[in-house]
Amino acid sequence: MKLTLKIWRQDGPTAEGAIHTYQLDDVSPDMSFLEMLDVLNEQLNAEGEEPIAFDSDCREGICGMCGLMINGDAHGPEVTTTCQLHMRSFSDGETITIEPWRSEAFPVLKDLVVDRSAFDRIIQQGGYISVNTGSAPEAHSVPVPRDDALRAFNVATCIGCGACVAACPNGSASLFMGAKITHLGELPQGQPERDSRVVNMVAQHDHEGFGGCTNIGACTAACPKEIPLDVISQLNKDLRTAIKHGH
Amino acid sequence: MDMPDTVTAAEASLSGFLDGDYDDAVGYYTPGTPLVDTKAPDGPIAERWQNRKLEARLVNPSNRRKLSVIIVGTGLAGASAAATLGEAGYNVKAFCYQDSPRRAHSIAAQGGINAAKNYKEDGDSVHRLFYDTVKGGDYRSRESNVYRLAEVSTNIIDQCVAQGVPFAREYGGLLDNRSFGGVQVSRTFYARGQTGQQLLIGAYQALERQVAAGTVSTYTRHEMLELITVDDKARGIVARDMVTGEIQTHLADVVVLASGGYGNVFYLSTNAMGCNVTAAWRAHRKGAYMANPCYTQIHPTCIPVSGSHQSKLTLMSESLRNDGRIWVPKNQADCDKDPRDIPEEDRDYYLERIYPSFGNLVPRDIASRAAKNVCDEGRGVGPEVDGVRRGVYLDFASAIERLGEQGITEKYDNLFDMYERITGENPFEVPMRIYPAVHYVMGGLWVDYDLQSTIPGLFVTGEANFSDHGANRLGASALMQGLADGYFVLPHTIRDYLADGPFEEITEDHPAVVEARESVKGRIDHFLSVNGTRSVDSYHRELGNIMWEYCGMERTETGLKKAIDLIRSLKDDFYRNVKVLGGAETLNQSLEKAGRVADFFELGELMCIDALNRRESCGGHFRGESQTEDGEALRHDDEYAYVAAWEWAGEDSIPVLHKEDLVYTAIEMKQRSYK
Repeated sequence: MKLTLKIWRQDGPTAEGAIHTYQLDDVSPDMSFLEMLDVLNEQLNAEGEEPIAFDSDCREGICGMCGLMINGDAHGPEVTTTCQLHMRSFSDGETITIEPWRSEAFPVLKDLVVDRSAFDRIIQQGGYISVNTGSAPEAHSVPVPRDDALRAFNVATCIGCGACVAACPNGSASLFMGAKITHLGELPQGQPERDSRVVNMVAQHDHEGFGGCTNIGACTAACPKEIPLDVISQLNKDLRTAIKHGH
Repeated sequence: MDMPDTVTAAEASLSGFLDGDYDDAVGYYTPGTPLVDTKAPDGPIAERWQNRKLEARLVNPSNRRKLSVIIVGTGLAGASAAATLGEAGYNVKAFCYQDSPRRAHSIAAQGGINAAKNYKEDGDSVHRLFYDTVKGGDYRSRESNVYRLAEVSTNIIDQCVAQGVPFAREYGGLLDNRSFGGVQVSRTFYARGQTGQQLLIGAYQALERQVAAGTVSTYTRHEMLELITVDDKARGIVARDMVTGEIQTHLADVVVLASGGYGNVFYLSTNAMGCNVTAAWRAHRKGAYMANPCYTQIHPTCIPVSGSHQSKLTLMSESLRNDGRIWVPKNQADCDKDPRDIPEEDRDYYLERIYPSFGNLVPRDIASRAAKNVCDEGRGVGPEVDGVRRGVYLDFASAIERLGEQGITEKYDNLFDMYERITGENPFEVPMRIYPAVHYVMGGLWVDYDLQSTIPGLFVTGEANFSDHGANRLGASALMQGLADGYFVLPHTIRDYLADGPFEEITEDHPAVVEARESVKGRIDHFLSVNGTRSVDSYHRELGNIMWEYCGMERTETGLKKAIDLIRSLKDDFYRNVKVLGGAETLNQSLEKAGRVADFFELGELMCIDALNRRESCGGHFRGESQTEDGEALRHDDEYAYVAAWEWAGEDSIPVLHKEDLVYTAIEMKQRSYK
């Protein structure tokens, strides 16, 4: 395959960025999208142009490190992570536009690399269960209904990649937050801190500059782990309950 | 690349056993003094850990905040330790090269985590888990450490459940268990195929809770590039801020390396792209011994390489071998045919043929080696990469007939989808293709019973140390070891060391600190100034090919010696001809890789020397010269029942070998057989 690649390049956090155009020949449909970029980078390096910076680590769809806007879609045309996208999803002669995540709360560090540390700071405000090492009771002392455990698991599969934010016209992280609120809220262990968790996480979310949710659903459509939209309903419900409780 | 002459070497060896007393690695190393004191307590094995915890001195809570701890790596072993030490009140700095601690490669573990809970009442116990682990490690691990691992395994499950880890449960609401990796009891806890992710998120959340509490500071996108030792004690690290390029000095009372394994020395592995040996290797060069570096685990069921662009390999659960039948064509001429057109009589179900009683379920190393052998014979399938087809069929046709597509889907969840996404082939229609890939390393920095390296004040946890898995790790035991070390072992042993602190304050202008920082800057300047013609990746790929060919599934004296020569000359060329563009004071991924590959060269050479020295086959290490007449691994307990701990002797010197004898008091050594 031959491709025309239009790629966002930006020298640093404060530098001006621009779209650069590159030609790439001999792309195999069996390459992953990131391997295609590896090949381009080898070509650039050989030509004396600095390779394009982009994030990736596990390259098997689970670490959440990779993430690119591909032709305007977070993670591209398939429901998967960028690293699990393969070139057979594109056709010979195609022009592909590649940009970093778009969100004010995810500033660009260089080229296609963004700073997602806002997610860590949201978790710091309550995305956990307070239990010190060694103080846990015997694991079987609290049974958890299987359906609750399943729902908790299904939303705990969030990989924190940020595609939901990148896809959202408001730049909201409600899906990310709702997934954590629902995961911990479904379990008996998560109940004692349920009210404070949602209140503090939402406050941090807003403080970071993420936008509000207006129920568009672009987040869940872009989510490589298919986190359902109802976690945002759960988030709102928990928030209402917490406020009723005087938080 | 020429193939090693394995047949000749094997023949030579079979006759050679009678002569005994080999020293294949003579000239490649210097014999050193034995490692005698592992600090493992005496007494009955079941009481040793209790005794050690009792003897380890305590640190007064009000003193803990005056003590500082650096932890490098935030996978299971690092995040759990950082959280626990933060909770205890120490001042912790946690470093990771990823953009968040949650991304460490523990996240990719699929299968599960072992624990001796005996919830199934099927005869499991701490002792049985201990026994299985030592046996699985082919009697090359330290028994005191392994017993402790089995002992604390049950606490891990309690802790994780309390954190909200969503393990699979039964209808009654209790935890489900499965049997894993050929053991006869069901002791594996799991969260569908994403157990590592869920455990890591639990540890990450505990870590972030401590960040909010002010006890832990995280340094993401930071890479440790040097260890700082003062008066022979570990006192800090030099790290590079990977965004600004700033070279930083971080000083502390103690340093913990939880920096994972070095499987990426093979270039292609199931490790994440960023996994590297630099933190461990820099410590090695400062005096930490590297133990059993040649022990590598190669996993038989990975998706094969599709072309020279391949950047990493993906593992598929080996449970697939329960229903899939492995075969290649009998005739080379059939290798590029559609497999569905190859009649039954022209197929070679080679595992069923060679190992009739275990068939497709032979252990990982045997299945892997057999696949390599048939491909080396030219009977591999799939695309030709560099002139060879490296793949074998894993055929579900008969299982689909028996269980139906629905039954297979229920049993293997998303594995069939994952395969199709990567290869573009539907395994319900065409047989899967698989090939072995490097997956885990059992070797690592040598540690004593306290998980302390040979540098006082440098502790090593998780895959980065060597201690618990011997020559081969059992499935679902990596997660167990990472969390055991971080939650339940290190926090007790490190306090005994810290009880002597806080240590004398040092400043950034201390000569040892300045020297460490300058050496880092010197290396960076060198890489950026060579301005040669080859990319870092091209060197890494070539190194990986050498390692895979000569220090992979089967090692021989001639092959290893050849590999050492090849690595040495490639390393020379790298320093003279590498091309790293961009600057030092910016995000520069080529520069990051250059530093890692430079350390992989030195590690790769040591791995070959270690493999050369160990003229026996054990676990993941198979020497062509040491096999039975049937081609099975042959251990030599009389000569090699020791840990090979290597000391760095300087840039232009050969390493020094220190041996720690392995003594088993609670278990009897046996030779395994799978025929």
